[in-house]
Parts: sequence; structure tokens; C-alpha cells
Amino acid sequence: MADATLKVFRGNKDGGQSVEFKVPVAPGMVVLDALHYIQGHLAQDLAVRWNCKAGKCGSCSAEVNGRPRLTCKTRMDALPQNEPITVMPLKAFPVIKDLVTDVSWNYKVNKKITPFTPKAGADWKFYQDDVDRVQEFRKCIECFLCQDVCHVLRDHDKYEQFGGPRFFVRVAGLEMHPMDGVSRTKLLRDELGIGLCNITKCCTEVCPEDIHITDNAIIPLKERVVDQFYDPLVWIVRKIRGAAS
Amino acid sequence: MSERFETHEHDVLVIGAGGAGLRAAIEALGQGASVGVVSKSLLGKAHTVMAEGGIAAAMANVDSGDGWKPHFRDTMRGGKMLNNWLMAQLHAQEAPERVKELEQWGALFDRTEDGRILQRAFGGHTFRRLCHVGDRTGLEMIRTLQDRGVSMGFDVYMECTIVRLLTDGGRCAGALAYWRETGRFVVFKAKSVVMATGGIGKAWPITSNSWEYTGDGIALAYEAGAELMDMEFVQFHPTGMVWPPGVQGILVTEAVRGEGGILRNKNGERFMERYDPKRMELSTRDVVARSIYTEVKEGRGTEHGGAYLDISHKPAEYVKKKLPSMYHQFKELADVDITKGPMEVGPTCHYMMGGIRVEAETAQCSLPGLFAAGEAAAGLHGANRLGGNSLSDLLVFGRRAGLAAAQHAKEVSAPNLGEGQISAGESEALRAFQQQGGENPYAVHRDLQKVMQSLVGIFRTREDMQKALGELAKLKERAAHTSVEGSRMFNPGWHMAIELKSMLTVSEAVTRSALVREESRGAHSRIDFPELSPEWGKKNNIVWRDGSGMRLRQETRPDMPAELKQILAEDK
Repeated sequence: MADATLKVFRGNKDGGQSVEFKVPVAPGMVVLDALHYIQGHLAQDLAVRWNCKAGKCGSCSAEVNGRPRLTCKTRMDALPQNEPITVMPLKAFPVIKDLVTDVSWNYKVNKKITPFTPKAGADWKFYQDDVDRVQEFRKCIECFLCQDVCHVLRDHDKYEQFGGPRFFVRVAGLEMHPMDGVSRTKLLRDELGIGLCNITKCCTEVCPEDIHITDNAIIPLKERVVDQFYDPLVWIVRKIRGAAS
Repeated sequence: MSERFETHEHDVLVIGAGGAGLRAAIEALGQGASVGVVSKSLLGKAHTVMAEGGIAAAMANVDSGDGWKPHFRDTMRGGKMLNNWLMAQLHAQEAPERVKELEQWGALFDRTEDGRILQRAFGGHTFRRLCHVGDRTGLEMIRTLQDRGVSMGFDVYMECTIVRLLTDGGRCAGALAYWRETGRFVVFKAKSVVMATGGIGKAWPITSNSWEYTGDGIALAYEAGAELMDMEFVQFHPTGMVWPPGVQGILVTEAVRGEGGILRNKNGERFMERYDPKRMELSTRDVVARSIYTEVKEGRGTEHGGAYLDISHKPAEYVKKKLPSMYHQFKELADVDITKGPMEVGPTCHYMMGGIRVEAETAQCSLPGLFAAGEAAAGLHGANRLGGNSLSDLLVFGRRAGLAAAQHAKEVSAPNLGEGQISAGESEALRAFQQQGGENPYAVHRDLQKVMQSLVGIFRTREDMQKALGELAKLKERAAHTSVEGSRMFNPGWHMAIELKSMLTVSEAVTRSALVREESRGAHSRIDFPELSPEWGKKNNIVWRDGSGMRLRQETRPDMPAELKQILAEDK
């Protein structure tokens, strides 16, 4: 089979440029295989983050031909054959080296989230119907492609005010957990800035786990925030009750 | 100690952030210890995420006849009686409690109709025993443990690789590491160290293991003076993908067979009838792997040299619900719709039963201050591990290691780390930068994989393994003279140069142990000694290091107490 040409970003936080590599193509090959070939034969210091090469760990995220993807699940034969394949690091995070970016911001956001807190006296009996919805959120492999594509982060740099789709999915998994007993709506409004999301569904489109991030996580969470803080009826009832007590 | 190095001090240092490491860290934190977790990767990416089928625990939610005794019996039989029987007993007794605990920390398992944790059938387990979440149980487990640990406040040192264990007067007292990002060295000082670094599969080319599985923890412990055990027992999982070439080795979960998947050869024969008519596809992994290998070798393999595994007789929606990752994996990587047609599968290097020798109750290694749990430790699984017993192993012995490490930390004084060992570790790690014109470490790795695949694979002979030892000696020499390009910043070529040493050490230990065990038992199959030997059944191979290099001896196994013998004698 013919060789493929890859244009891979080489550089660090101070800048860099794309470098061309020619890689022999084998049937069923994925972009990560091509990057491994480059490491093994052409540039052993090419920095690539990866672990399982089976679509389960979410480490090998990059932008292939301009689209955020897991390189281990991007088949070479699904890309245009007669033009170079560009591989760039995730744009939303600072480059460390080559395709490796500094994703530590995500771990900081995660720490803000109130952990799973079981209801008092939970009997731990619950049913498949109760968990089907939540199990979807628990499929997340933390590849951060949704964070990368989200324009609130990518284009508007709202890292201080916004949590990003990944963490709305995490919060949804906790809020809708049948045994969880605390509310995170205030956190969603104040610290994770869910109001900044204007539901363009870019995150849903790039999710390699097919999680319906916008429809099943973000919109229901937005509704919870609105119900708690802005529903005029709820607001009046609270006022009256508050006054009565 | 020198001011040259960034230094962190903890009561307990946990090396590895997979299931065993995280569970150990949680337990040690609960004991009031200050805990540091060091991980080669980002938190949450460890090999545990790849575990698919489930956690074996005799909860009896589905089959009321189950209990710790049948689980103990299945584990011992699966391990061909070479298991550390006390570990097998503790494991069977404690696994249900560890699973319930996981649920109470937020894990969401698939449910039974009466609202409890659902359990599925798996190879070698008499009852439906595996608590699971579709085919992504490991992800659920690691996320749950990770969130628990973060909320309890452990310090995580991510993308940090240990290059040497540090000692103080004959006890393990810390470790020297480098940050992958910058290549700078960092010293960890600790009263107790827990090794939870997983396996060694990257010494073989066809493997289900991730890049991290280079045997670091086992090799580091060995270098520091700890004993290894049962290193000849390397599990080849029967079902890895065989086509296309890029995906060769990627795991096809045993849950496919647990959910009713059928194995056939190219003639359409259900060949397991010839190898294990009673258990068929749900025989133990060693048997199924050898059966597929034999079918292929005798000319009955599929187009790409495997066997057919078919689940398409089940309703498509059921398959997608119970095996979602498999459905997507085959559709995206192999253009196969598993709800409509069969998969092609073949053996793939999957799991190390052997590893660092530990005491059953405390996970204490032969080097004081060092503890080990999970795949890096030896004993529980004997000659062959049952599917589902790994995740439960991580929980049961991760917890025990964390507990014992925290207690040990309370009993000993703060260590002193001599400067000499740190400088020596530093220069050794940097050697590949100083050598000009040496070989590319990736080339040495490829050749190591070829040697292990062709000479120390599923079926072994004396001749092959003697040849392998010669090849390994040459590879060791080559590995000592590699050169790396570029800077110390996130440099995979350099990382490989360092990991090569670990892979060579464990490969040698595997080969030496396998060479002397002149019998076939579990995952260790000798063409020249095809039968079980009652004599070898009484012995474990112990590997250790002295001034002259790698040493090997046999130790007679302690006799099992009468009550455990009684359990094994009962057939139900």
C-alpha cells in the first residue's frame, strides 16, 4: 500500500511548526499507529500521550485534519488519501511538547465538584430503570475533546468562570444518581458557569462515547438551575415560607 | 540529603494509580497517613480502565448457592492449586464487602430485577458471579476510586516515572523519579512504599496491555532486593482481535462468551467440544487459549489466523446493551457488525500471575517497608487467573496493602536517604543521553518482543527458552548502549530506553522460571513436558538478585489446613 504523509506539530509552549513524515500504511491502520511508526523509526522524541490504544482511556486526543479526535479510533482509510493528514495538539490547552498538552486545568475544576454523598438511610436497592440514564454519563473516558471544541473555552477563554461539558456530564452523573443526596445547582450556576453554555452541541458531536452531552446532561442541569433560582412560582413560595418561618 | 532535588515526603508512597494503588491510597488515608500517589500517566488512565467483564465476588445476588467457599474452590482450581491458599481464601471472603463499598462510594453496577447488583457468568466460575457495568466495569471502578481519593485529599504526582527504589539500612524508604514533562528528577521519601504498577505485557508484541505495562514495579522491587515468585505464569487471553494488523491484540472481553458467545473454526465446528466438553467456551483461559492456538496451528484457523467468536444469535439490542464497547470496537476498527456476524479472535498476552512475592495478609514484600498489590504482586492466581478475579484482587489486596503500609508507617522513624544511591540512579537514567551513535531504543524493544513472542509464548520448550536466554543477554547489552535524541522534555525515546531495562529484567525472570519448571500447569505449557507434575505442584519458583545477578530457587509450599482441603474436596 502507498505511503501516507502526516504533517505533525512539533514544538512547545514557545511555538513550533508542522513537520512532514512519510509513513507506510497497513490495512486498518489508525492515526496513532502512524504516530508510533514515526516515534519508532523517524523521530523517537515525538511527544504523544496515549495508553490503551483501544478507545478506553481517552489519552490520545488530538486534532486530526482540524477535528478533535481520539487518534486510536481515527482510521487512516477514512481520511482523504491524496492529501497530507495534519495532526495538531488540542487547541484549548497549552502545549507542553508536540501533541502533548497541559490538561491540568481539568483536574482543578474536578476538585470543585461536591463528591458523591449518599442519602441518609439509603437502602441501596435501586433498579436498572433508575440507572440507565446515569450510566450514559459514566461512560465518559475524560478525553477532553468536548472541552477542546467548546467555544466558551476554546475561543473565549472562560477558564475561570466555566467548567466545560466534561464536568457538566460529571455533575449530571452525580445529580441523577439514585442514591445521591446533595444538590449541586448552586455550584453549577456560580462556579461552573453553566449559564455560559448556549447549547450549540459541538461537544456532543465530538464525543467518542456518543454521550448526548447537551440534550441529556447540560439541558436538564440548566433546567434544574432555573427551577431552583429563577422559577417565579418557586421564588414566591420560598419567600412566603421564609417569611412564615 | 542533597538540596539538588525537589523532594516530597509522605508516610505512604503508592506507586501506580490503577485499582490496587488507588484502593491502597484510600485505605492509608483512612488510617490518617499522609499519602502520595505516583503515576506514569494522567490520573484515571491506568490499565484498570481497560477491564471489561466484571468483578468476581460471591454476593449470591443471582445464584443463591454461591458463597466464599465455591469462589475459593473455583479460584484454586483455575490456578491449578498453585495459588497461595490463604490469599485465595481472603480474596473470596472479602470481595463482596469490597464491591458493596464501591457501590457506596458511587459506583453504578447493572441491576437485578429486585434492585441489587447484577452478576454474570464467566469462565471457570461455577456460579454467575461477576458484578459488572456492561463491558466497561474497569472504567466505573477507576472513576469511583479516583473520585473517592480526590475527595479524601491524596496528593497525586501525575506523569511521573520511578527509576529506582531508595533504601535506608535494609528497608525501603522512598523512590527516585523524573517528571515526564520536564525530565527533572524528584525524590520521594516515605516510611512505607506500596508497589501497584501492574504487569509486563509490553515485552510481547501481541498484547492487550497498554504502554505502561513494562514491568517497572516488579523490576524495581527486584533491583532493591525483594523476591519475585511464579514468574513463569503469563496469561495469554484467548480472545484478542487478530485483524486488521493495527488492532492485533486488543482485548475482546470474555463477557462475549459469558453472554453466550460461541467459538468455531473455519469449518464451522464448535471445537471446544474436543477440549473441554463440560465447560465449553466458559472453560478457563489457559485451556481456551491453547485450544484456539491448536486449531490455527493444525490448519483450521480463520482467514487471518484466529477462530470465529459469534454472538450474533442473540438479539441485536441485547448485544449492544451488554457489550457496547465490543460493538463499537469491531464496527469502527474492523468493519465488523458483531450483531450480524462473527468476530475473528486469537490469543493475546494479557496478565502476569507472578510478580513480587508478598505475605498474604499484609501484602508485605521480602524487603521491609515495601508492600505490593494487584498484578505486580504474586500468589492469588497461582498458575492461571480466572476472569473477574483481577478487579476483586485489586480491591481486596489494595486495601490490605494500604492498611499494612499505614500501620508500618506508624511504627518506624523517618528514613534517611543516602546521597549515593540517588546520584547513581540519576546517572544511570541519563546514560542514554551521554552515549553517542548508539542504537534506537525502539529497535531494541521490537527485537525483545520478537524473542518473547517466538520463544517464550503460549507453548514452550527447553530448546526455545535456552535460545531466548542467549538472545536476552545480547539484548541487555544492546539496551545498555542505546542513544536517545532530543531533550529531556517529554521524550518517549528516553522513556523507552529506561523502560527497556525493566522489560529485560522481567523477561529474563519469566524465561528462567519457565525453563526450570518441567511440567505443564495452567498458563505454563511445555511441549516437552506436557503433563502436570505432582512434584512441581508442591513448589514455587523464587527469583532474587545477588551480586552475581539473577538467582532462582524453589520453595516448598506450606500445606493447606484441613478445612480448606475439605472445601476443595466437596464438588459443589
